[in-house]
Amino acid sequence: MSTDPAPGAALALRDVVKHYGEQFAVDGVSLDIQPGEFVTFLGPSGSGKTTTLNMIAGFTRLTRGQIEMDGRAIAALPPHKRNIGMVFQHYALFPHMTAAENVGFPLRQRKVRGAELAQHVERALAMVRLEGFGDRYPRQLSGGQQQRVALARAVVFEPRVLLMDEPLGALDKKLREWLQLEIKRIHRELGITFIYVTHDQEEALVLSDRIAVFRDGRIDQLGTAEELYERPETLFVAEFVGDSNVFPGRVARAGERLEVVGDGYRLQVRDDRLLPDGSPAVVVVRPEGLRVANGNAEANTLDATVREVIYLGSSRRLELEFRNGRRGHLREASNAPHSFSEGDAIRVTWAPEDGVVVPDDRSLEQGVAEPSSVLTG
Amino acid sequence: MTEARGPKKLLVAVCMMIGVWLLAPMLVVVPMSFTDRRSLSFPPEGWSLQWYRNFFSEPQWYEALLTSLEIAVLVTVVATFLGTAAAFALVRGHFPAKAAVNALLLAPLVVPVVIVAIAVFAAYLRWQLSGTVRGFVLAHTALAIPFVIITVTASLRTFDRRLELAAQNLGANPLTTFRRVTLPLILPGVLSGALFAFITSFDEVVVALFIQSPDVRTLPVQMFTSVTREVDPTIAAASTMILVLTTALLTMFALARRQEEHVH
Repeated sequence: MSTDPAPGAALALRDVVKHYGEQFAVDGVSLDIQPGEFVTFLGPSGSGKTTTLNMIAGFTRLTRGQIEMDGRAIAALPPHKRNIGMVFQHYALFPHMTAAENVGFPLRQRKVRGAELAQHVERALAMVRLEGFGDRYPRQLSGGQQQRVALARAVVFEPRVLLMDEPLGALDKKLREWLQLEIKRIHRELGITFIYVTHDQEEALVLSDRIAVFRDGRIDQLGTAEELYERPETLFVAEFVGDSNVFPGRVARAGERLEVVGDGYRLQVRDDRLLPDGSPAVVVVRPEGLRVANGNAEANTLDATVREVIYLGSSRRLELEFRNGRRGHLREASNAPHSFSEGDAIRVTWAPEDGVVVPDDRSLEQGVAEPSSVLTG
Repeated sequence: MTEARGPKKLLVAVCMMIGVWLLAPMLVVVPMSFTDRRSLSFPPEGWSLQWYRNFFSEPQWYEALLTSLEIAVLVTVVATFLGTAAAFALVRGHFPAKAAVNALLLAPLVVPVVIVAIAVFAAYLRWQLSGTVRGFVLAHTALAIPFVIITVTASLRTFDRRLELAAQNLGANPLTTFRRVTLPLILPGVLSGALFAFITSFDEVVVALFIQSPDVRTLPVQMFTSVTREVDPTIAAASTMILVLTTALLTMFALARRQEEHVH
């Protein structure tokens, strides 16, 4: 309908707070989203990501803070006046209306009628590749088709922001992967701002320009997929995004180098965090950063026993047990020359720049770091 | 499947017996209404339509029918509106003593009707509502509201509220959301509540006996007084017509419901 040069809107959250009684669902979220950006809210359930989304949509009132769309405060607007599209977790299609009537619903609310309405509906259904399905009722459509009708309905009125609340959660893996690509394509075609909520880190990595990792009602870290994976700022982000080996200890400065000293190891890491001497910290190493050592004199070398070898097609995953009982794993290409089997004693190593050090907030909270809970698959 | 056949036959037999037991009295009334005698006899020896003619020529009969229809229609409208609103409040509202309010609204279902009737009678004497259409509508609405509340509450509890959020998100204001999304989807519950409300009023005799007047007398009251004074087959004709009317209503409702299910 409009030929605005910037179809997407900028969105800003300013210290947004939501609490229910004593309980903080969202505890001070601030975020600037660029026009046309694809931002994902990633986090476990109860981390505040869906509540934040509902506040943007207008379904949940803010306790404090402000939300701005292109610089205009919208926190006091009722949902039907926000002009923000939304795809719900279970689609929320109107069961008493056909697919075409569902898609036409937002247009009718905007007084679009007759041939113009039909034309827009047809175009929206074509965009999600459902030409000819307009006469079907939701119950006559598969889950994936319903999802696409919901998507068409959410964008047909040309909102400048689209919210998606775990839209692929109920679908099987193959369909999900295909629809992820479809969503990416539609984002590219429309150029509007997308905000996507998921607890699936892979989905977040595939789709997003930037990811906001939510924990306990706050954003733990905001960054591109690469930033989150390569340079996590917290232990939570390191573990939530991708697999990792973690080695807890205390910071010890040795001249120019930063080292982390733990139970039976002294590890060198890239020094790009200002961590105080002696503070608890964790070294995070991605599975593909670990490799089997050849020589003897390398830094960051640990003895380990192979507990299991898992063939994954393009790679092999070695489940390891270190000498102090700590578990970990490394990933290597399937065509790597050596082969190991269960019970083999090996030495693993990694380059200091492949290890990231993060503050160990868990040992601060709980007094002691619990090794078995730190190491997860 | 084979071993289930015996019990299944038994089940069918029991069901048929119950059906006959429920329907037999009504099926006796129907032929009696076509008798050519001046008394109720079964089976009738000769046939005639004179008792139907009698019904529509004697004002006390057909006026009672019209009064009953007028009251029942008014009760249906008022009780459906109020009952639906009450159901919304009970399902979605947050207010103190919700359980008590719920119990109070449903009380007419459990309180013996004769107690309600005496209370209404006493109150109406003072308020001068006895023997008025307004009085009937008021009393019958109180009796009918619980049925509407029950059916609409059931519909609302299974209603997916995200559909309302979706409608609002798509630009519908609260009123449009109710009209285009909520109401169409809870309509089966609202309609069955309305049907129950209609029948509750149309069928009601106890309260009606207490608050009737020569001017405002419903069909059940007329039947009751006629059967105590004389035994006249007109009452069989009246019964048959009520039977046809309620059967027609229920059939229409069942058909509409089936169509509804076809859509969803």
